[in-house]
Amino acid sequence: MKTASTEKKAAGKATSKEPIDILIVGVGGQGIILASRIISQALVYAGYDVKQSEVHGMAQRGGAVSSHIRAGEKVYSPLIPYDSARYMLSFESLEALRYMSYIYAGSTVLLNDQKIDPPSVASGQQQYPPDVIERIKKKAKDVRVIPAADVAFELGNERVVNVILTGALAGNLPVSRKIWMKTLSELVPAKLMEINTKAFERGMQFSNR
Amino acid sequence: MKQLLTGNEAIARGAWEAGVCFASAYPGTPSTEITEAIAGYGEVNAEWAPNEKVALEVGIGAALGGVRTLVCMKHVGLNVAADPFCTLSYTGISAGLVLICADDPAMHSSQNEQDNRYYARLAKVPMLEPSTSQEAKDFVKLAFEMSEKFDTPVMVRVTTRISHSRGIVELKPRKSLARKVFKPDPKKYVMVPSNARMRHRVVVERQKNIAEYGEKSPINAIEPGKGDIGVVSAGVAYQYAREVFPQAHFLKIGLSNPLPKEMVRKFAKGKKKIYVVEELEPFMEEQIAAMGIAVEGKSRLPEIDELNPDVVRDGFVKKRKPHKADVVEGLPNRPPNLCPGCPHRGLFSAIKPLKLVIFGDIGCYTLSVLPPLSTHDSCVCMGASIGMSHGYSKVGGNTTQKSVGVLGDSTFMHSGLTGVMEMAYNKGSNTVIILDNRTTAMTGGQNHPGTARTLKGEDTVSLNLEEVCRALGVKRVFRVNPFEVKATREVVKREVSIEEPSVVISTAPCPLIFKVKSAPLAVDADKCKECGACLKINCPALTKRGEKAFIVDYLCNGCGVCGQICPFDAIGVPASK
Repeated sequence: MKTASTEKKAAGKATSKEPIDILIVGVGGQGIILASRIISQALVYAGYDVKQSEVHGMAQRGGAVSSHIRAGEKVYSPLIPYDSARYMLSFESLEALRYMSYIYAGSTVLLNDQKIDPPSVASGQQQYPPDVIERIKKKAKDVRVIPAADVAFELGNERVVNVILTGALAGNLPVSRKIWMKTLSELVPAKLMEINTKAFERGMQFSNR
Repeated sequence: MKQLLTGNEAIARGAWEAGVCFASAYPGTPSTEITEAIAGYGEVNAEWAPNEKVALEVGIGAALGGVRTLVCMKHVGLNVAADPFCTLSYTGISAGLVLICADDPAMHSSQNEQDNRYYARLAKVPMLEPSTSQEAKDFVKLAFEMSEKFDTPVMVRVTTRISHSRGIVELKPRKSLARKVFKPDPKKYVMVPSNARMRHRVVVERQKNIAEYGEKSPINAIEPGKGDIGVVSAGVAYQYAREVFPQAHFLKIGLSNPLPKEMVRKFAKGKKKIYVVEELEPFMEEQIAAMGIAVEGKSRLPEIDELNPDVVRDGFVKKRKPHKADVVEGLPNRPPNLCPGCPHRGLFSAIKPLKLVIFGDIGCYTLSVLPPLSTHDSCVCMGASIGMSHGYSKVGGNTTQKSVGVLGDSTFMHSGLTGVMEMAYNKGSNTVIILDNRTTAMTGGQNHPGTARTLKGEDTVSLNLEEVCRALGVKRVFRVNPFEVKATREVVKREVSIEEPSVVISTAPCPLIFKVKSAPLAVDADKCKECGACLKINCPALTKRGEKAFIVDYLCNGCGVCGQICPFDAIGVPASK
């Protein structure tokens, strides 16, 4: 389906602020809300109109969580239409499959290879899907797997997975390094700035740019 | 200065800029963060009230006391506050009073998705519906102006997608206002029938004046476009519609009660089709149709769930065909769950073997309805557990299957006291279990009258649950530790068998809010007989490795409930640690 944003992309018209839709998905407690705030704020500093939407409440209790970030000259809906997320950042492997409707052939999917068993898998009633990447590739060609948990372990802090993944997306966005650092310093506690800067930079190595 | 703010933060900012000095609320998703944000402003005295009715009553008093006042609640909270709300419309205010009502279409965290726009019509109160964070701020400020101009409470209705979406907001300075002095005026404020009859006339006249205001105010705006289709919309639905109909003519409604009917008529003139795009009920559509204008709305859009650009497009333009990769059948669900170390897991593990009928309530504990824990038989509204359990036992339900009412400490303060009073007064024989985790957990850990802390972080008195229950007439009141599974089970088992009303207070702090954590436990694989008993308590830290139970150590809170459930003593603190 064509949307206002995909039509613009298809036309290939290089406006100064081409629309960028980013969907972040994962599990409550993974730090998706902080990652969303960092990315949204950086896009604001880069001169975009930005809307970001997430659902609180029940989702914090280990449920599936999604956050929509939309940037452009002027953003209307806070929710991304189906088939139009330029980027999907999946904090957990199978969660990417839950939101397949949002991506399209030209999407870039950044996939944390971490697996968190849903209750039905933990209790042995269901199987964790073995073919996540293959299923995503049926719709979007560009799938990049990021071993964020391993990197976090190397860095000695398992809590920085979200900042590693933020870095992995960051390198794809038209936002300067200076802006990213300013945003990070505003949104992470000062005493954790050093580890988070390292995490962000390790994440950036997974970007194309 | 510009800032990225959630709708809730923008509402708080708008109230602060409008010179608000007082705010009151009871927490409820998606409205909670408004009051938390406004409490952060030094000039504002903000309070958590025990429930929404009290919050509004306190707000009325503050407005009569002469300062601009904000009262916030979720949609079902207005059911609780409906009594003062509908008569407040008659008395009017002194200083401005704005009621924020946050609806939850799609029930992200609610028990129903009622459309509270009807409350504005019911009470004959003007209602504003912002569609962005910027508007949330601006509309709240306008609401205070309108409140004082027309001597009325004003309702600002938002939805989850406004409350919890961030957008860019331009910040302005605070308006400083002198406190008004209360002028006694019994004809206006004392609603005995003779006065109320007069005031109802005033209200009807006021609504006419506000309708006229709405015809001229830029809050409602015709946005000319191309073609012969006109779209009428308000709130976040307007943003979805804008995206789907980028070229169409729009009538953007900001003041949706009373509707600007002349403007609607003018807008509809010469258009081939008028579409009304609104979430949930056909609130505007029915009023416009009643004016004799042909409209399409709910024939194309669902009356349930929330809208998004795709639902609007499916209804009005073309139905989307899903990609074959979109359909992911059999994907394991990831429902919200009680946290590792949650004391509710201990309590429900204790009472599950008693096979009770469990009348539940509104709070985290309702999550225990999910399999495999499966320990809830009802959930209706705040405080309902006690009355329902009493009614069930009164008609003999307890002769075949014993029942209990189960509710949290904050919910008990909200509307459990009258239930206990009822049970004692009417010679009930049932048992109430208060899950006392020392906070309002489901909404993120707010203080309440039992936590000894105010919203502003000051020390205060703490309601004593045992003394209150005794004072209400219950003689059998006991406190248990839910992490002692067997002992808790014995107390509940004994109490449900005694033909007298009783209250069991199950006390342990919420580990999420109070950051309680002990050393993680482990399964001794040699002792594990693969019976699966531990997995039935639905702890996120418990899983299977092969056929054996396995504890994911970084998730484990060390609460020890699984170890007490295990019949083979296979779970404990690992020897190496």
